[in-house]
Amino acid sequence: MANLSTAPHIRGGLLTSTIMRDVTIALLPALVMGVFVFGLRALLVIVLCAVTSVLTEYLYRRLMKLPQTVSDGSALVTGLILAMNLPATVPFWIPVMGSVFAILVVKQLFGGLGQNIMNPALAARCFLLISFPALVGAGMPAVGNLFREGAWQFVSGLTVDAVTGATPLQMLKDGQTVDLLQAFLGLHSGCIGETSTLAILVGGVYMLCRGVISPRIPCIYLASTIGFIALFCAVTDRALTANFLVGQLVTGGLMAGAVFMATDYTTSPITAWGQVIYCVLIGLLTALFRVFGSAAEGVSYAIIIGNTLVPLIEKVTIPRAFGKRGGAK
Amino acid sequence: MKMRTFKHGIHPNDGKALTADAAIQPFFPKGEAVYPLSQHIGAPSKPVVAVGDTVTVGQMLAQPDGFISAAVCSAVSGKVKAIERRRTVNGKEVKSIVVDNDGLFTPCEGYDTPRDYTTLSPGEILDIVRDAGIVGQGGAGFPTHVKLTMKEGVQPEYILVNAAECEPYLTSDYRLMLERPEQVLEGLQVLLHMFPAARAVIGIEANKPRAISLLTEKTADTPRISVQALDTKYPQGGERMLIRAITGREIHATKLPISAGCVVLNLSTVVSIGQAVCHRIPQISTVVSITGDAVANPCNLEVPVGSSQREVLDFAGGLKAEAEKIISGGPLMGISMISLDVPILKTSGAILAMQRDEVAMWEPTACIRCGRCVRACPEFLLPPMLSQAADSGDWESFEKLYGIECMECGSCTFVCPAKRRLTQSFRTAKATLNDKRRAALNKG
Repeated sequence: MANLSTAPHIRGGLLTSTIMRDVTIALLPALVMGVFVFGLRALLVIVLCAVTSVLTEYLYRRLMKLPQTVSDGSALVTGLILAMNLPATVPFWIPVMGSVFAILVVKQLFGGLGQNIMNPALAARCFLLISFPALVGAGMPAVGNLFREGAWQFVSGLTVDAVTGATPLQMLKDGQTVDLLQAFLGLHSGCIGETSTLAILVGGVYMLCRGVISPRIPCIYLASTIGFIALFCAVTDRALTANFLVGQLVTGGLMAGAVFMATDYTTSPITAWGQVIYCVLIGLLTALFRVFGSAAEGVSYAIIIGNTLVPLIEKVTIPRAFGKRGGAK
Repeated sequence: MKMRTFKHGIHPNDGKALTADAAIQPFFPKGEAVYPLSQHIGAPSKPVVAVGDTVTVGQMLAQPDGFISAAVCSAVSGKVKAIERRRTVNGKEVKSIVVDNDGLFTPCEGYDTPRDYTTLSPGEILDIVRDAGIVGQGGAGFPTHVKLTMKEGVQPEYILVNAAECEPYLTSDYRLMLERPEQVLEGLQVLLHMFPAARAVIGIEANKPRAISLLTEKTADTPRISVQALDTKYPQGGERMLIRAITGREIHATKLPISAGCVVLNLSTVVSIGQAVCHRIPQISTVVSITGDAVANPCNLEVPVGSSQREVLDFAGGLKAEAEKIISGGPLMGISMISLDVPILKTSGAILAMQRDEVAMWEPTACIRCGRCVRACPEFLLPPMLSQAADSGDWESFEKLYGIECMECGSCTFVCPAKRRLTQSFRTAKATLNDKRRAALNKG
């Protein structure tokens, strides 16, 4: 006897796990670059985040007797994004604690995939940043064990305390100029996955080509951030140089935030106009934090504040049904 | 030629290669013919024959009962065996006229004799269309004479012929265009005669280039008829999507096409009109694509209405492999059938037998809010919010989110990576809401 069900009877081939796999692939260039620049210790942080995230999700679903969801790949993505946002110098319990917080508190306790009100990885990073500012926020590892001291240092970075240095974003805030090409390539201090604008863009283009993200969110977010930074500098009589503006774009977490975090499906609006409002808003917040805040960075906070406003934004941007447009009733 | 289309929509694999090159073959049933009295939207037809009567091909078996109703004519000759409830395509039992087919196909008087439409008034044409039992063959089965009846002082600007055939696998309209273009044009001439202020546009999806070039050539010297190529995109053949694509006008779900100056007819409906008016042949047959990867010999058959679907499928060599799902119609809006022992209806366009049921292959998982459904919905609805409202019984939100306007095209469900059964939940919610409204009306 043939199956019975109501239409439609066919399904497209795309699965949630395919999307997550594509995001994972897109994250690889930035993460590989992080390991390349910050040494094997960065790899260990990445692996710790990934393993702890997946394990936390597995254990929670198992203990709560819920359907197992590890295979959809979303926990892995969360782990990788968290690792991307941590400096390679953190003690090893930091990635473990952050991953447990991201998956258990932010994701699973809110109902699991698709139900969280904030991006789990970003919320975990902010939690770590507030709780352990000295470990997560300051003392970014300096670049270049591999370039300066050769392979031995690259490997031994695992055991010795890495040299720390000011991030280029901090230098910009302090009124210095930065080497934009170095910044674009990612040869500077910072978090594991955020330094190389080039590597992030490669991942972003891959996701665009695979239809995982649309250019709308990253483009508007970047434009809004730079626009508001320029505006704030103009009204506060700060020196506004091209080096400063472009530097804002290629240093710090802005590019990683725009490509991988603001585009998170669950925590960004599903309506077209909602996405525009959301991006302008988080751009405004990023600019506010970066120009007027005490820290040089502001992307994470801006995005998670934006995340919490998404239900409201969606409520006011429900599109008019077909044929209800243009005032016609 | 410049392509036109609507916004959003999906691009499923069209599966048409299975039958696109199969010429339409005649099929004559051997077994009894069953004519359900509800093959259309509106009141069931009223029988005008009694058990024991002898009927001929083309003879009216049941007349319309009220304005929104349709006649039913016999496609076989023989004796009326019974008037009883029989199972139909959607699984329901419907009062039907059963004719014992004598296999002779004796035509009724005047059947297939020419008639000059130019001498007929619009009112006379409407009567012919009504008595020929013509209903929309796009799937819904709305009585065509009702569609063609204009309010005083209203004249359509456009006659839009829906030849998009956007449902995957279906090739019956395509074959009609290739093999019987003169019948299409004949039907259109009748309509243009009825509506002297109108011009006709045939909308064809770009995946049928041969049909586009053939009809463009055939209409070259009829200035009132033109062909418009459309993007290959589902649901291009949705009535309001087609109006949007061809005229640029957007009308709301509660409005009729005439509010945009349009009359939209399916290609095979146009052919039926021409046949009824110019040749006195009522709507007693339909071209059906017998297709899918489980069918032995995929083909296109011209099937008398009332024939058993099992007999039709057997004629096409039956199944070559076990079919997990058998669908009457296309895979996106068709009806999966509980049994093949049901008749071919006027609205039947395909018997689709598939080896794999993709619905059963996937269990729904959590919505990740990726927004693919939002970008697919041709009605600009928000399926994630609607499904939340529908599943939690929040009817107020469902209505506020325009849920009642969902046309159940299935696009959101097709693209969903979490394999959520969105259309199904909207269909249930809409039915519940309609019931509530009806109950409220009855109380008030």
